Amino acid sequence: MAKSGANVGPPKSMVDRSVGEALGDYVIQTLGVAAAEVQKLYHDPFELLTRAVQPVLWLMLFGEVMARVRGVAPGDIPYLDFLAAGILAQSALFVAIFYGISAIWEHDLGVLQRYLVSPAPRSALVLGKALSAGVRALSQALIVYVLALLLGVGIDLNPLSILGVAAAIVLGSALFSTLSLIIACIVKTRERFMGIGQVLTMPIFFASNAIYPLSLMPDWLRAVSHVNPLTYEVDILRALMLTRGVSDYGFLLDFGVLLAVTAGLTAIAARMYGRMGY
Amino acid sequence: MPDDQADAPIPDAAVRAFALTRKFGDLTAVDRVTLTINQGEIFGLIGPNGAGKSTLIKMLTTLLPPTSGSAAIAGYDIVTQPADVRRHIGYVPQLLSADGSLTGYENMLLSARLYGIPRRERAERITGALARMGLSEVADHLAGQYSGGMIRRLEIAQSFLHRPAVLFLDEPTVGLDPSARETVWEHVIDLRDRFHRTMIVTSHHMDEIDKFCDRIALIDRGRIAAVGTSSELKAHVGPDATLDDVFLRLVAATSETETEGNYGEIRRERRAAQEHG
Repeated sequence: MAKSGANVGPPKSMVDRSVGEALGDYVIQTLGVAAAEVQKLYHDPFELLTRAVQPVLWLMLFGEVMARVRGVAPGDIPYLDFLAAGILAQSALFVAIFYGISAIWEHDLGVLQRYLVSPAPRSALVLGKALSAGVRALSQALIVYVLALLLGVGIDLNPLSILGVAAAIVLGSALFSTLSLIIACIVKTRERFMGIGQVLTMPIFFASNAIYPLSLMPDWLRAVSHVNPLTYEVDILRALMLTRGVSDYGFLLDFGVLLAVTAGLTAIAARMYGRMGY
Repeated sequence: MPDDQADAPIPDAAVRAFALTRKFGDLTAVDRVTLTINQGEIFGLIGPNGAGKSTLIKMLTTLLPPTSGSAAIAGYDIVTQPADVRRHIGYVPQLLSADGSLTGYENMLLSARLYGIPRRERAERITGALARMGLSEVADHLAGQYSGGMIRRLEIAQSFLHRPAVLFLDEPTVGLDPSARETVWEHVIDLRDRFHRTMIVTSHHMDEIDKFCDRIALIDRGRIAAVGTSSELKAHVGPDATLDDVFLRLVAATSETETEGNYGEIRRERRAAQEHG
């Protein structure tokens, strides 16, 4: 009975739906999850303001002092310009890397169970969450742009460049928020997550080209930085955000790395997210 | 049961479970449960804490895969066709599933999108469902400002928006005052009557179960200890017996269960109860 029972059922199964129908649902489910997160930010934008403090401090304290050291930034780029792109990536990273904590929170409340009993594929739920981390990060980008302009950084205001920056930020945030979700699925409690989040952000940030070029690094650290996705995100941002910026690796490689890693992490996260309902 | 007979779809069975089992390590939380729940029934699940009610519901709602055995909801297999099952069920978890930082309407909109309700129908369906639950006036308030009873009604509206064949309600009245409990039950019965759907409800309030459920299963240590109408169960124990007596008689031997009631879970249950209350 058990075996044959599986084949019995009302006619209209998921299998019978057309690819177009399924794809349309998938997009609506993904955007629906992201839209709910944006609505939450709209109701309570306080979080965005407090998060803006960190990039301000980095640029105005660290940046102003380090700008007096000669030879850090490569070529003729002023250090503050060089740093601005790194801080843009950093502020997006910090938003994303602690994102998993909201999944733990939702699990403890029961909101997550509601997502998991819905027919939305797990990957649509994960992508929706990742996308909303990207939206949060964009609001940070706005603040960094305004601040950088005020500090006299040479900002490229070409709409296409800005669009490229936005794409890189959304993609980078999706990547790190999905990594964060995977960690949340493993550690399961908020206390443990906070510890791990702190431990992770520093190496991701320092083992990258965010605040100094790879050419200043010892070989081993440069090797680590080369496999760090943040390096490729910063490479895009530095080339597109600054009037004097250039890409070291080329956009094809940069976006390719970010897309591939995000896709891989999403596949893993989708499997693990479903098990959070146990 | 011979195989040829099982191949015929039986449309009136909302839930069919056959030897459904879930083990956690050495512990068997649900032990070979075989159960048929008919379409349109309000079916009560009772039993002590840790008896396996929640684990059974988690398996039937596809949140947790069974260790062995099988079950079908509206004809769809929970293991091989989970996406189809999810399309045909609604689930109101015991915990708080409405998002307090969204408005009632936004909560409903999220459900509508997750369940693929066509755009042109969304607003009308949502408005209608909120009105039926008496939530029209607070549709644009944050759910975090709702009373416990209002949140439960919102959660029921959300889980029923796609008109599922089977609605699971895990302790829907926990932490509510008597009048809010009554209102929740009125809505559950109204939805069943209006749409002829199946309702599966767990509760520790025997008076509610006795009053509102068509049939009841008593679960103890992962097994079904008894199943039938309230009067059948009571007759089993003796004349003038109440459902409380049935409960006490059948689970008396196992006063302390050590299965599910761990610290984390109790903490969550209490928090949920507090938020609903």
